[in-house]
Amino acid sequence: MDLTGYPAPLTAFAEAVGPSGPVVCVGGRTQWDVGGPGDPAARHVSAPAGVVAHEPGEMIVRVRAGTTLAELADATAVGGQYVAVEADRPEVATVGGVLACGRSGLRRLGWGPVRDAVLEVTAVDSTGTLIRAGAPLVKNVTGFDLCRLLVGSVGTLAFIAEVVLRCRPLPETERWWRAEGADPFGLFGSLYRPVGVLWDGTSTWVGLSGYRADVDSQAAAVLGAGFTPVDGPPTAPGPLRRSLAPAELRSVPGLAGGGRWLAEVGVGLVHCDPDAGAGLPAGRPSPVVIDLHRSVKARFDPDGRLNPGRSPLGADALEPAP
Amino acid sequence: MLTSRHTPKPQVAPADSALIADLEEVLGPDRVRCDPAELGLYGRDASMITGRAGMVCFPLDTAEVAAVVGACARHGRPFVARGSGTGLAGGATPAGEVPPVVIVTTKMNRVLEVDAGSRTAWVQPGVLNLDLSRAVAHLGLHFAPDPSSQQSCSVGGNVANNSGGPHCLLYGVTNAHILALEVVLPDGRVAVLGGLDPEPAGLDLRGAFVGSEGTMGIATRIAVRLTPLPPRVATLLADFPTMHDAARAVTAVIGAGVIPAALEMMDATIVEVVEAFVHAGFPTDAAAVLLLEVDGLATGVEVQTGIVADVLRDHGARQVRVAADEAQRAGWWKGRKAAFGAVARIAPNYYLHDCVVPRTRLVDVLDEVGRICASHDLILGNVFHAGDGNLHPLIVFDRRQPGVLEKVHEAGQAIIETCVRAGGSLSGEHGIGLEKRDAMPLVFGAADLRAQNWLREAFDPAGLCNPEKVLPRGGSRCGDLADLPEGVWI
Repeated sequence: MDLTGYPAPLTAFAEAVGPSGPVVCVGGRTQWDVGGPGDPAARHVSAPAGVVAHEPGEMIVRVRAGTTLAELADATAVGGQYVAVEADRPEVATVGGVLACGRSGLRRLGWGPVRDAVLEVTAVDSTGTLIRAGAPLVKNVTGFDLCRLLVGSVGTLAFIAEVVLRCRPLPETERWWRAEGADPFGLFGSLYRPVGVLWDGTSTWVGLSGYRADVDSQAAAVLGAGFTPVDGPPTAPGPLRRSLAPAELRSVPGLAGGGRWLAEVGVGLVHCDPDAGAGLPAGRPSPVVIDLHRSVKARFDPDGRLNPGRSPLGADALEPAP
Repeated sequence: MLTSRHTPKPQVAPADSALIADLEEVLGPDRVRCDPAELGLYGRDASMITGRAGMVCFPLDTAEVAAVVGACARHGRPFVARGSGTGLAGGATPAGEVPPVVIVTTKMNRVLEVDAGSRTAWVQPGVLNLDLSRAVAHLGLHFAPDPSSQQSCSVGGNVANNSGGPHCLLYGVTNAHILALEVVLPDGRVAVLGGLDPEPAGLDLRGAFVGSEGTMGIATRIAVRLTPLPPRVATLLADFPTMHDAARAVTAVIGAGVIPAALEMMDATIVEVVEAFVHAGFPTDAAAVLLLEVDGLATGVEVQTGIVADVLRDHGARQVRVAADEAQRAGWWKGRKAAFGAVARIAPNYYLHDCVVPRTRLVDVLDEVGRICASHDLILGNVFHAGDGNLHPLIVFDRRQPGVLEKVHEAGQAIIETCVRAGGSLSGEHGIGLEKRDAMPLVFGAADLRAQNWLREAFDPAGLCNPEKVLPRGGSRCGDLADLPEGVWI
């Protein structure tokens, strides 16, 4: 394996991964169950940590995968910027872990999916070699998009070692409101670039960010008297999340039975407890798409050594091809 | 009744006749073409490179594309998808020793379904970019990627190239606006990648497919995200006495915490020809002009307009104008987007690059690009997406001059190397195709390219789908510089 040209912490990580034997990359364990239970016999490795450089003029930050989201947020805030990636327990959750799981937080309506924040990935492949994809540039179409392939791959194709992420200017303000009995779908249609519209069947939460005067005037014009200010979005129920087309959210109250749930209006994610989740459809790719997954995995990790026991399709998709 | 089904096609090699028969079985004889004029027409796109088409097919829907691709797979015949052919890197040029089947999507040009409530639409790949935005404008929505070729380029082509455009500075390039793709895989099977839901199970194969330049299959139905039209837009035009001042102003605008919706730069060469061509109202005595746009809610637009205007003046802008009305705004944008048609007034041929450099290196790189062209005695124009560092150095020449092509190639190579040395990349929005393929080792190592090839082979183990593109195989360029096509854009 050729590891020349990379900084020592990255080559040390690649050497720890090595070329053989089952191995799992451990971050903050905040989303440890994603993709399946994992093979308890696999050797543990951890990506290096630390913010390498934040360049506000380029709107980018280079950060090692083992860095926590809280550290990243602190570092970019110094330059008046933020990275549109969030997760529960940011003081523990790592950049690499959150990207490997690929799950967005409650501000996705405004922030977009986490994959869109990733500009460059340096990762260790199944041969123990460092590979790099993308570039530390806000715009780039040079080569195939391995960055998006690795985001959400649950560490089954390569282990993320370092990334360059897109930064945005911190908004002047972000404020949240809550009301009972409001029409969340009407609000989604009326609001301009809200950061979130959340709904649990009774209450609706609305988040707005940007210039204070814009936020104030939009709140006055659209939200109406029923809304009262709150500190932020509510805590989402768990542990399940269901991914629905945004149009399907209107039927969630009927489907979700008696459990607790919180829907991201305009996005389609539903956070729910097992009772509510039992009534909501869980997506399942077609056999052709599952076959493509096998084809990708067979090339990136022919021995199945990276994060064995997990799959981006979920553990039950690991059955061998008929 | 007479039928032309078994009429021999002109210039058909015997080995081709079985494939042609299979294709005609699917499409009928009218939509399988192989006369020399059409093979010539579809042997190239808007790049400098001329390839060779084996035959040309015009399917109407997913089932027909799947049947055509399936026939190619059975016959072991390479194939290339083609939209409007506006690509500048040779991505739709049929390449390779065996002339590929060109599968043209222009007849698949329907907007299939629009859901205004969810701000999504399903479209066929041949729908033109601007037609899509026009089709949903009455709903207060648009398709945000806006390449300068948007009157002509197709959404399928945008998907293949992960296309950009001026307003991608704020809104993001095509990948951020594609939710799902129904694709015909290189073996003829059909799959839906991604979904209207936000987190489909599994790998982001949708994300991997967008920008794969037609090497992983053919998108036959595309679910796009539609973006609300901004309630307020302010368009600013600033002119500068030097390119340096303009380039520094670009960095300063971003540094001031404003992300404009668009931030474009034009140099004096471009301003002069554009002004003569479309009379956009650009100041022809300026060394550089910046065209900026901020959008959003009223107060934010007002605040940002003030910040931007101050920064521009602080960095030497002689004049900062705000478009007074929609007509003036449209005129300025028409000038910007017509730039590459206008350069034909200087000379009949052009050669351009699409490198991206760190925004803070713009000044140095523009200087060096200028020196490279001057030392090769070549005319240079610059018109580009300055806000995201996406350069479009444009060398204008007349190929009839002896030795000029060699100079153009040398200068082009030197420009690429300069950008890479500055921490840049080969392409910001046009793609790699054939044209930049052999430069890939400048920015990627062997292990990086091997991993990219794993992805490609996972989709196309037989290697039939748009062969020779993107990844270097040690071969040499097969193309040549060609005439400036009428009405070209970048």
